[in-house]
Amino acid sequence: MNVEALAPQTTPTVAMIRTLGLLSAICGLIIVASYQGTYAAVQENKRIAIERAVFKVIPTAKSIEEYLASPEGGVTKVGAGGTASPGAVKFYAGYDATGKLAGIAAEGVAKGYADNVRILFAYDPVAGTVASFSVVASRETPGIGDKILVNKDFLANFPLEAKLSADLKTLAHEIRTVKHGSKVNPWEVDAISGATITSRAVGKAINDAAQVLLPRISPQLDKLKEKS
Amino acid sequence: MHESAAQIFINALLANNFVLAMFLGLCPFLGVSGKLETAFPMGVATTFVMLVASLCAYGLNLLLTYFNLDFLRLISYIVIIASSVQLVEMVLKKYSPALFRALGIYLPLITTNCAVLGVALFQTAREYDFVQSMTFSFGGGAGFTLALVLMASVRERLTLSDVPSVAQGTALSLMLAGVLSLAFMGFAGLGG
Amino acid sequence: MSQSPPRTWDEFMEGIWRQNPVFVMVLGMCPTLAVTVSGVNALSMGVATTFVLVFSCGLISLLRKLIPKEVRIATYIVIIATFVTVVDYVIQAVSLALYDALGAFIQLIVVNCIILGRAEAHASKTPPGVAMINALGMGVGFTIGLLALGTVREIFGAGTLFGVALFGESFQPWVVMVLPPGGFFVLGSWLLFFAALERRKQRKLAEATQNA
Repeated sequence: MNVEALAPQTTPTVAMIRTLGLLSAICGLIIVASYQGTYAAVQENKRIAIERAVFKVIPTAKSIEEYLASPEGGVTKVGAGGTASPGAVKFYAGYDATGKLAGIAAEGVAKGYADNVRILFAYDPVAGTVASFSVVASRETPGIGDKILVNKDFLANFPLEAKLSADLKTLAHEIRTVKHGSKVNPWEVDAISGATITSRAVGKAINDAAQVLLPRISPQLDKLKEKS
Repeated sequence: MHESAAQIFINALLANNFVLAMFLGLCPFLGVSGKLETAFPMGVATTFVMLVASLCAYGLNLLLTYFNLDFLRLISYIVIIASSVQLVEMVLKKYSPALFRALGIYLPLITTNCAVLGVALFQTAREYDFVQSMTFSFGGGAGFTLALVLMASVRERLTLSDVPSVAQGTALSLMLAGVLSLAFMGFAGLGG
Repeated sequence: MSQSPPRTWDEFMEGIWRQNPVFVMVLGMCPTLAVTVSGVNALSMGVATTFVLVFSCGLISLLRKLIPKEVRIATYIVIIATFVTVVDYVIQAVSLALYDALGAFIQLIVVNCIILGRAEAHASKTPPGVAMINALGMGVGFTIGLLALGTVREIFGAGTLFGVALFGESFQPWVVMVLPPGGFFVLGSWLLFFAALERRKQRKLAEATQNA
């Protein structure tokens, strides 16, 4: 940006500041106006997108509530006031038409083949299982890594056992992805042959998220039972 | 999920190479990869600017988040990058005139290199902490340099071979980039 | 005044054919290759870029006498970044799915060399009307370039066009087309095609002059 060399005459500093000030004012106005103008629509879109994703993994859900689970074990409803403590994990409670808890959805993330694979999984607190999952974002190879959503054998892994151990601090059995065809326990994920890395990412994402989230929310399930 | 510094570095350098897998910084990649002797300094200069820009963007993001001014992020990042390019230019001019002469004409070009803005935007989107941000920008810059040097070496050899005249120029460079990109796909899954 | 319609047309067509940003000038490569995995993505990216191009060139041209020479590049970038922020929010408001598909490349429109190039080479010297028409032509030319890539990559890579399946069930997609290398190959092939076309035209021209 060697502009000084190109400019034959210099502009007075006052004029320069005046112009730049005017310009910043114009640009500022445009940005703020567009931010304000689209804010409502963007928030609505985001809400719809979350709702749609949660309804996909909890088919019986008709409405959702957004909660935070803090490390101390408390759950707070998002938007109900109060500040989120650091390290709090966000999750969604899905309620059926009668206002009864239909399932809990949360996000998990793990490194896949090309980049991070972000998934949303549904936890069924009554059965103590992960009922299903969907992909939020991934850059896995089309035709190979995206088999996780269509491969019948892989989808047969769900419901996947996710029970807490006796001390309620961790899962009783770590959710692990095993080689194709060697699944023996209900908490193991049978990998797709040819897409092992992506399958492993799904298992790890669920495990990592469940290990943190489930111990925090299981003592609070009564609070979540009915739609408040 | 916490990614270790080594994972981030390997990913940015090879598996998610900025140029060959993420399509960032293609203009200089196609423009200055004709000769090895210009490709390498360009890569180094870009890496340096990336580090400075990443550092500034990290600080700026803390400030923007604190004041809740998310909608000013893009505009302030680009101003920061333009200024850091200018700053790098001035510092080099004063302390290392030889290096400044070697890089002189490329420095202003770095402002419009989307790899630099890309680093700032990605580190924000992925919520990297300070060490992660710096590793990410260094890995990205090293990856950019690697791609540029590889491409320049191939193109230097190419000047000696018999190519149909219709294919010479950008078309051939793009085909070569495609082959390099195929090769880099082999690194996928490395940083797991 | 009588010359104004052809001149306007000429300003518009410059970007579409003679100076096509994708095929002739080979500018703005990053979004060109990164988002063109499908026709819809290519079209949206083209429209977004055109919007930014037209409005920032218009504003720059309007302010061209006020902008101090010393800081003009910085000024241009700020103006461009403003309109990119606008586009960013508009796309989020219209469709989040599209926003996710285009990813960081919406914000990276700021550093698309086409826009800064147009601002510097054209908008800073011409009145707003002409500058905007020229920018519109460039934008349309860029969109055509993106579509040329996006449709080819979608047809081969996924067997669909704008989401509509073209071939039967038995079609095995060429996955490489929607992966990064495919972008390089398809753009390279288009450039080869245009180079060959140009070559033929020149040969014909040479033959015509020889015969005459």
